[in-house]
Amino acid sequence: MKKVLSSDTIRLLIPALSLTVLLISVFYLQPRAMSYVGLNLLFNLAVPIALATIAQMLIMTVNDLDLSMGTFVSFVACVAATFLEATPVIGVLVLAAAIATYAALGVLIHVRNLPSIVVTLGMSFVWGGLAVLILPAPGGEAPGWVRAVMISRPPFVPMAIIACVIIAVVSHFVIMRSSFGVILRGVGGNARSVERAGWSILGARATTYALAAFFAILAGISLVGLTTSADANIALRYTLLSIAGVILGGGEFTGGRVSPVGAVIGALTLTLAGSFLSFLRISPDWQIGAQGAILIVVLGLRLLLNRLENRGKRS
Amino acid sequence: MNILASLSRKPWIWSFVAAFVVWIATILFTGGASTIGLSQAALTFAAFSILVGIGQMFVITLGPGNIDLCVPATMTLAGTVALKFMQVDNSLILPGLVVAIAIGVAVGMGNYALIKLLQIPPIIATLSMSFIVQSTAIWTNRGLRIKPPEALAKFTTETTVGIPNVALVALILSVLAFILLQKTIYGRWIAAIGQSIRAARMAGIPVDGTRFITYVLCSALAAICGYLLASFSGGAALNMGSEYLLMSIAVVVIGGTAVAGGNSNVAGIWGASLFMFLVVSMLNTYGAGAGIRLIMTGVIIIAVIVVAGGRNPNQR
Repeated sequence: MKKVLSSDTIRLLIPALSLTVLLISVFYLQPRAMSYVGLNLLFNLAVPIALATIAQMLIMTVNDLDLSMGTFVSFVACVAATFLEATPVIGVLVLAAAIATYAALGVLIHVRNLPSIVVTLGMSFVWGGLAVLILPAPGGEAPGWVRAVMISRPPFVPMAIIACVIIAVVSHFVIMRSSFGVILRGVGGNARSVERAGWSILGARATTYALAAFFAILAGISLVGLTTSADANIALRYTLLSIAGVILGGGEFTGGRVSPVGAVIGALTLTLAGSFLSFLRISPDWQIGAQGAILIVVLGLRLLLNRLENRGKRS
Repeated sequence: MNILASLSRKPWIWSFVAAFVVWIATILFTGGASTIGLSQAALTFAAFSILVGIGQMFVITLGPGNIDLCVPATMTLAGTVALKFMQVDNSLILPGLVVAIAIGVAVGMGNYALIKLLQIPPIIATLSMSFIVQSTAIWTNRGLRIKPPEALAKFTTETTVGIPNVALVALILSVLAFILLQKTIYGRWIAAIGQSIRAARMAGIPVDGTRFITYVLCSALAAICGYLLASFSGGAALNMGSEYLLMSIAVVVIGGTAVAGGNSNVAGIWGASLFMFLVVSMLNTYGAGAGIRLIMTGVIIIAVIVVAGGRNPNQR
């Protein structure tokens, strides 16, 4: 038993387990959710959250934190609903410029040795301001192809679940299996030794930020595909949701210890927690609070399991 | 020259220089017509950022990862419950303050209990706690806007010798915080914990007790701020704390406190809070729209941290 389960697997076990328990309770409360349409409805909004969580996880891999995630996803949603729909060429250029900005932020943070929290805090004002300039009032329209992808109905398995699996697999290979991912996690674990081994930390950080921006852009576009129109404040809660998703999925703030599959599961758990509470008919006053309580319970379980694991090692 | 040189090495000086430049730029634009009004408004609104900023500064001093995201929710809950308790009755003003502080202390204790017992990183612990506190505030508030007692509303909106009363409150609390930080053993302890928690523990510092008190102190200050803000704005609103989440972190960092912990200063928070308010009012005077205003605020925050942040290349 002990040999089969590595400590990384155990880290993944708790998020997976809590997701299963939540899913079973939802099915128990509302058996009709156990269908193609039901599952799609339950997990639809999880796709953009999962993408944003992966983006946040990339930043956290190099020991930084992005407090502008929510405003950036909102900004992308506004761009997608306006430029990308009306003039695709300009839209792509704007998004490319956004990726370049993120890479430049990575360079700036590294070269000047700045706290990422403050720089991204400042950027959150900038993205918010740009979003307000693009869309002063809620509106715009999702590009037709995005809408088509998001509401497409592949046979047997709903789109939302296929998308989440693809996100998990792709990011798993990028972070856990590629040599780039190893360097990335190395920068989080011990930047100095990675540098001594001859890798450019500056390059690694810039690439990480650019890649995170790419995932966040996908999050914004898929969000617009679901909501059909955008608003400058559409995704503000994604900042905290994405951080919570990474932690829930077994990631750590420092040391480059992250898990892409866990992060996607964490995002799914957070999404499902909302539906679970509305099925329980909890008063809307307490919905947010109960979400906090679920977060606490899951993290408490993780502590318990870590204790058991340590005890197992000692004996 | 020597004085100038030693002044320029002080981490807090930059925020004051920046605030002063923005102040002058605004006054020149209006031709000096609004000097007193602008200065009083700046002191009043800065006072609220200063109160939450000081609490956040104590927490950030504890070292990397320590941050209190529960500040806005605590402000809202304390403001709501205190106003509800006072029932527009002037004689209940002081008991109302006690109620607000008690709520702050309770939230702080809850925060640290989560951090310690469940070993959750402070960001996530205070985040989960803020969800619960926010729900409680929604439940108690029920969308009603309760008015503050008349004497309290008068106190928070009026001035004494030209200086807004809330700014005086902030000044008194800042001086207390300064003494606490610089002259007491507790202040030395939190700096030591921020520099190296391992070394602090080995030196026999009561690490847990010190961290516990710091989180309680931060929540209590947020509660006092919520109490004053609710009275100042004529009633508690559910979203009244929301802008203070980012604000409390921004003023601490712009004020020159090391984000990596272990080094803090109270004076910088004053400069940074004045600066943050003055930037917004300067852009307003220039007639900038909401979008431009936000972008400029962000650019200025980044510019300040880039200029001031390179002081100590060994710290992150």
